[in-house]
Amino acid sequence: MTLRALAPLAMILALAGCGPRDDRTVVEFWAMGSEGLAVGPLIEAFEAENPDLRVRLQQIPYRVAHEKLLTAFAGNATPDVAQLGNTWIPEMSALGALHPLDGRVAASGVIDPSDYFEGIWQASLSGGALKGVPWYVDTRLMFYRADLVEAAGFDGPPADWAEWRAMMEALTEGGHARYGALLPLNEFEPYVALALQQDAPILRDGGRYGNFSHPEHVALMDFYLGLFRDGLAVRATNTQIANLYQEFDRGFYAFYVTGPWNLGEFARRIPADRQDIWATAALPGPAGPGASSAGGSSLVVFERSENKDAAFRFIEFLSRPEIQLEFYDLVGDLPVRRSAWEDARLDEPRAAAFRDQLDRLEPSPDVPEWERIATEIRLVIERAVHEGWTAAQTAAELDARADAMLEKRRWMLDRDAAELTEAAP
Amino acid sequence: MSPLQRASGWIFAGPALVVLSVFFFLPVLAAFALSLTDFDIYALADISNLRFVGLDNYAELIGRPIFWKALGNTVYFVGAGVPLSIAVSLFAALLLHSRASFLKPLFRTALFAPVVTTVVAVAVIWRYLLHTRYGILNAALESVGLPAVDWLGDPNVSMPAIILFAVWKNFGYNMIIILAGLQAIPDDLYEAARIDGANRVQQFIHVTLPSLAPILFLVGVITTAGYFQLFAEPYVMTEGGPVQSTLSILYFMYEEGFKWWSLGSASAVAFLLFVIMLGVTAVQYAVMRRRGGLA
Repeated sequence: MTLRALAPLAMILALAGCGPRDDRTVVEFWAMGSEGLAVGPLIEAFEAENPDLRVRLQQIPYRVAHEKLLTAFAGNATPDVAQLGNTWIPEMSALGALHPLDGRVAASGVIDPSDYFEGIWQASLSGGALKGVPWYVDTRLMFYRADLVEAAGFDGPPADWAEWRAMMEALTEGGHARYGALLPLNEFEPYVALALQQDAPILRDGGRYGNFSHPEHVALMDFYLGLFRDGLAVRATNTQIANLYQEFDRGFYAFYVTGPWNLGEFARRIPADRQDIWATAALPGPAGPGASSAGGSSLVVFERSENKDAAFRFIEFLSRPEIQLEFYDLVGDLPVRRSAWEDARLDEPRAAAFRDQLDRLEPSPDVPEWERIATEIRLVIERAVHEGWTAAQTAAELDARADAMLEKRRWMLDRDAAELTEAAP
Repeated sequence: MSPLQRASGWIFAGPALVVLSVFFFLPVLAAFALSLTDFDIYALADISNLRFVGLDNYAELIGRPIFWKALGNTVYFVGAGVPLSIAVSLFAALLLHSRASFLKPLFRTALFAPVVTTVVAVAVIWRYLLHTRYGILNAALESVGLPAVDWLGDPNVSMPAIILFAVWKNFGYNMIIILAGLQAIPDDLYEAARIDGANRVQQFIHVTLPSLAPILFLVGVITTAGYFQLFAEPYVMTEGGPVQSTLSILYFMYEEGFKWWSLGSASAVAFLLFVIMLGVTAVQYAVMRRRGGLA
């Protein structure tokens, strides 16, 4: 019932002094979710190659990762190296928790920035400094019913928003599918991916204010909410749909905006004799091919680490193209390096859509408040859908919430600017 | 009182006072001080980014719809959950106390069992029971021709589902206390009532309830205080959703403080909750005193 009742029984098993002496330097490594579960074999390979190092892995569930990182920083207990979601980099960077890697990367023989997809490399920068090395990329694009789209009279995936909507209308009116698209209401990623396609930034004036009332963003909001209003998008979270894959197979919806992990899920869960019903495609933009979000995780070194050299050696190891491919085999995360994508394993039409999208990635705004603003986007859209708000109304609400969250940032930026002018002769 | 008596009084009370000061009064004061600042991740990085904001956190909270939503949800939970919980506890205690019931120790243990189980573990089981398609609850509804309910996905029924779960989880505790109260009612009161011609219902209303009043009051205060601190159930079952329909005040505080690290704002939430609970308990005491039920 209470917070206190949840507090785990802290049990520390002191095993010091048991076993043979170990002189190896220990690199503390935190990895989240499925990456944490799958990375074990790569650590063994690294240790075999580097007899002087030992990597101690701590697996952290995604759900608590954010709290855990902030608490670790407050409690002076950050690890040497960690997997960090790209959207969290500005936040940890604002804390001064991350060790800048520009110098180390410039001197590295393994990490070559020009081999990385540009958008994903940008996502590891914060305040102009490199704060991490991209590990894998997670972007959003569409999984769609190729057979139904064809039956509705189209010969391929949509090229722009207008055609996308036209397809959904044809699919639902023609009785090919119950709904056009599943844009889960419990995720901000589908909306944010589309918002990143706009020329106007999501936050204006250097991240001081929300920019949702900009005509481009209002147009997007109108398109997005319109899909729900007109019964083209399922009004549901993806946890409310008991079996996403079965419903997709049954034609409950024809488009699903989601990420690369679903390549494996669709291959496994759609019956073998019906595997040809699904395909993937890059996201359409307002006019022609559009960008998508530069999600995924980077590997970061913490400023308080005493083993930065060893930590960076570990990052270099994980960044090798052949290790990236091995990691792809282990967990299905998409490699961030162009050279890795030349491998035959990724030469497959459904992965090719991702390869296509990777050339058009946009990092999310470089402000620590972004994660929180993104959460508000999700909440406000869910509300707008349920209560039938207009696009302008929704945008105004989002601007108000974003501006309130950015108040402290504006104060700090103004103060720092004032100090600079004062210091100037 | 002689100086010696006074000194010995302080010596006896001393250890408890020290412990209370260090572990209660000091943290409370510190938390109150924190609630007057805008402590956030920027301040965590560099304390010079901390601003004293006076009562701004409180003003801002009062202006935030989400705070009222969380408060409303919590009041809904307390308002529906506490009476229901006590009614179920009383009913179960009466059954156990009844002369007609058998296997009393077994039932007593079985009904108390949910209290000692882990919330997280039973929440997993309840998520299955409440599952839209495969849940036993919906199977039961459908077997009598009622439509299936999306218990944890529909904002209108998610809170009732949480209340159901919380009542099931907690009623055993109050049941044991009430049972002890029932056993303490002297038999001659019932005997006298029977001689006066009172039937079962009259006996319950005029003998059992008045005798139980202090116990019910105690149970009411404890349960209200506990239910105001609703957290674990939505945390494991719904994460505050759908559409924040199960976001409780404590869950809101947790998200402010530990997810977003806005400790200033989170401390203000904690204080407001403290004040509200103090107020509710004071009202309960006042009502009880007026009824003359409290010695």
